[in-house]
Amino acid sequence: MSPARSSTAPRILPESTRLGAEIRLAVEQVSYAYSANPSQAPLFTLEATSFQARPGEIVAILGPNASGKSTLLQLIAGVLQPLSGRILLNGFVIHSLSPRTRAQRIAMVQQESRLLFPARVWQFVLQGRHAHGGSFRFESKEDTLVARNALTQVGAAELADRWMDQISGGEKQRVILARALAQQPLLLLLDEPTLHLDIAAQVGLLDALRRLCARNRYTVIVVTHELNLAAEYADQILLMQSGRCLRVGPPSAIYQRELLEQVFQVPLKVEMRGHGRPRVTILSDS
Amino acid sequence: MRPLTFRKIFFQCFVLLIILFFVVIVALKFGAVPVSLYALGRDLLRVLLGQSSQISSDYGLIIQNIRMPRIILGIIVGASLSVAGTSFQALLRNPLADPYVLGVSSGAALGAIVSLIAEPHLALPPGFEVLLTPLCAFVGAALTVTAVYFLGRRQGQIDSNTLLLGGVITASFLSAIIVFLMSTVNSSNTRGMVFWLMGNLSTSFQKSIYWFLAGGFFIAAGVIYGTANDLNILLSGEKEAMHLGVDVRRVRFVVYIAASLLTGLAVSVSGAVGYVGLIVPHVMRFIFGSDHRTLLPTAALGGAIAVVIADTLARIVVAPNELPVGAVTAVVGAPLFIYLLRRRLA
Repeated sequence: MSPARSSTAPRILPESTRLGAEIRLAVEQVSYAYSANPSQAPLFTLEATSFQARPGEIVAILGPNASGKSTLLQLIAGVLQPLSGRILLNGFVIHSLSPRTRAQRIAMVQQESRLLFPARVWQFVLQGRHAHGGSFRFESKEDTLVARNALTQVGAAELADRWMDQISGGEKQRVILARALAQQPLLLLLDEPTLHLDIAAQVGLLDALRRLCARNRYTVIVVTHELNLAAEYADQILLMQSGRCLRVGPPSAIYQRELLEQVFQVPLKVEMRGHGRPRVTILSDS
Repeated sequence: MRPLTFRKIFFQCFVLLIILFFVVIVALKFGAVPVSLYALGRDLLRVLLGQSSQISSDYGLIIQNIRMPRIILGIIVGASLSVAGTSFQALLRNPLADPYVLGVSSGAALGAIVSLIAEPHLALPPGFEVLLTPLCAFVGAALTVTAVYFLGRRQGQIDSNTLLLGGVITASFLSAIIVFLMSTVNSSNTRGMVFWLMGNLSTSFQKSIYWFLAGGFFIAAGVIYGTANDLNILLSGEKEAMHLGVDVRRVRFVVYIAASLLTGLAVSVSGAVGYVGLIVPHVMRFIFGSDHRTLLPTAALGGAIAVVIADTLARIVVAPNELPVGAVTAVVGAPLFIYLLRRRLA
């Protein structure tokens, strides 16, 4: 079966529709190439990719390793500059924004980072307020309020005075999410947020995320390997394979056995459940 | 949740200033010629009242013309090296970064030695002669910074580990050249060379040099202090700093240049005093925490205190002879550093 490529169908929407209030994030024909040496052939390419996301929507990017998921996320974050195409956030081209303006609109939750010197949880969360003030300044009452509120929203208020290196992996992931919330972003990007978490912590984090997303109208883009969690929580799925975006759509449209088997190279079974959320079971040979 | 306030920083600095004041008094009192505290107080009061001409005793002259300039030099050198070390550590996300480790101090020392060898062969105007060694040391430091900067680049970006490794290798290479020069060139200035390598505060300069040093310190340190919040976030990693709104390239470039200037400034007048930029920031971090808004000023004051104490020890331990101040900082600093490393970073 030859998968339909979303990039082969260019969008011909008028400007007014594209920048309408409904669409918050518009990724338009974005491509990227990475090479160690400019004179050599690129080591990795991302072919033209397009999709759109609305406020309050969770988009999951799925795909095997080296399929370009994280590259796409870095492009959306504005850290990488696309080779062609553009990414609009509320009508502004993301990578042309200043780092400070960008950080006021986009927050990234990455895999746990190593801290060089010990810091308290509240100090860590206050880092999220950096973009909202000058380079040399002291935190205002409002900043502490926002930070405290962010910790409460992820259910980690009681951790505030603990040291970052003395809390569990699940707690740390929630604190990192709280720092992102303290940025008061429009767009929340998560790079494998459930990695290294036990099942309860995974579900806890994603429940918190869905609640926040509905309440604060964040647009959430999450890169993950967890097919079932993505099916359970995402409104849109972006399926990627070796630098190409194969399909964009709701989980029920993307979760087809042939398609997933071809992408992930494992025999699997897809069940469609009552509320339109499919479930995938990996079939082992034995 | 207790965010940092200006009052807290002010209080911490005030305490360190008081300590510095007492250290300076002690440093003025001790030395090859003993001075009583009473005479010290009387003479200091006269200087403050603008009645320097009334200081008649030889002791007063020793205080005013020998010990005081040396202490001021120690304060500036200590503060500069300490702020430079703090900046390099944040910038490279590496607790082992230090002007000495990055080879910048060796570059400056090489410049100084070249000038000492070349000086007798050059017919220089008397005024310029005094400036030649500091000037060459400064040029040596600046060139080394540039070389290490390019050695540390990979794929057009500064790579922390490559930079540190490049610095260590550069330091080793420059030391080899220094040793080669010391072994092959017969010069009456050999003692000067050894002192330049280990650090020495005994050189006295014209008054304008002290103003120049102090001005340079406040400009460069002020620029670094302006990025204090950015440096805090850089500690979490460059990628994260980008996502949190730090203009990483700009901050990195500005701080790298300013920290290099501070190093060049310090080494050009005192030689390669090691371990100050490594130890003092760690001790201050241990006491006051790792927030650069408080760490930078406390490290500056702590560096001043440390170098003045070290230089006082260097003057009195083998009196009437002197040790190089760098020997004292290394003897005290290396074990303390190992202790900190094992306790905090293991």
